[in-house]
Amino acid sequence: MKSLEELLAIKAQMQEKVAMRKSSGDIRIVVGMATCGIAAGARPVLNAFVEGVNDNGLGASVTVTQTGCIGICQFEPVVEVYEKDKEKVTYVKMTAEKAKEVLEKHIKGGKPVTEYTIGASNI
Amino acid sequence: MDELSLYVLDIAMNSVRAGASRILILLEEDEETLKFSVTDNGCGMTKEQVEKIKDPFFTTRKTRKVGLGIPFLTMLAEGTGGYVNLTSTPAAEGEHHGTKTEALFYRHHLDFIPLGDMTETVKTLIQGSPDIDFVYRHKTPIGEVSLDTEELRAVLGDISLSEPEILAWIGGNLTEQYQNLRR
Repeated sequence: MKSLEELLAIKAQMQEKVAMRKSSGDIRIVVGMATCGIAAGARPVLNAFVEGVNDNGLGASVTVTQTGCIGICQFEPVVEVYEKDKEKVTYVKMTAEKAKEVLEKHIKGGKPVTEYTIGASNI
Repeated sequence: MDELSLYVLDIAMNSVRAGASRILILLEEDEETLKFSVTDNGCGMTKEQVEKIKDPFFTTRKTRKVGLGIPFLTMLAEGTGGYVNLTSTPAAEGEHHGTKTEALFYRHHLDFIPLGDMTETVKTLIQGSPDIDFVYRHKTPIGEVSLDTEELRAVLGDISLSEPEILAWIGGNLTEQYQNLRR
């Protein structure tokens, strides 16, 4: 059972790690979670990023956050990736599958997946 | 949107944007109906705003000109013979301000859509707003599932609820509660 005792144990394990995390946060992944995003399938996209960051142990350098409607509803689910000293990358019409690919190639590999970005002509 | 849990997420997001510090999500099921309510202590709305809220061309946001959440929900609930009820007290009118949105669905109607994954909805809300107190209760004829972030916070101290490890625990806890119900 996922008990409060187990939560307490997780807390104990985390305390050191979290102290380290506060100093960094180089990459920020922002998922649009307004009605337009939710209706287009943003919830599984967000959770794919959250789980992917956890599974790959990227918590120290990557944060996943939510935002409201950014005004391009027809392209939802929209995901923005902010990285220090780099231009923002905007991914459009995302899915959980594409999120895993972005995590692998862009977040871990450093190369944006251009065919899923808003600049790609075939969207 | 093809599951009710997405509508619950969308309505609860309104509470987040209303600046609530506490949001109660209550689901009540019986043989005939499913009712959910989202109650917050956010900024609330004036009578005029509440009247306009079912109009899809009304919104307070600035990035697009139409509001979609409540009209979508109303269409869906009324389509099953149910209703959406919205009550609100604006902050200007006193201490006990906030909004309650309640939706009732008839489960046996052809246009009723499944509840879907409430665990994902609760996780998404906590991930996005780890400092808000969420109380989640789902009452069914065979038992109840509940989660109160205030209790978790008491255990966690200064560790954020949005930490991936904690979210994983929350997901696991709710999943287990639902599995125990079905047993």
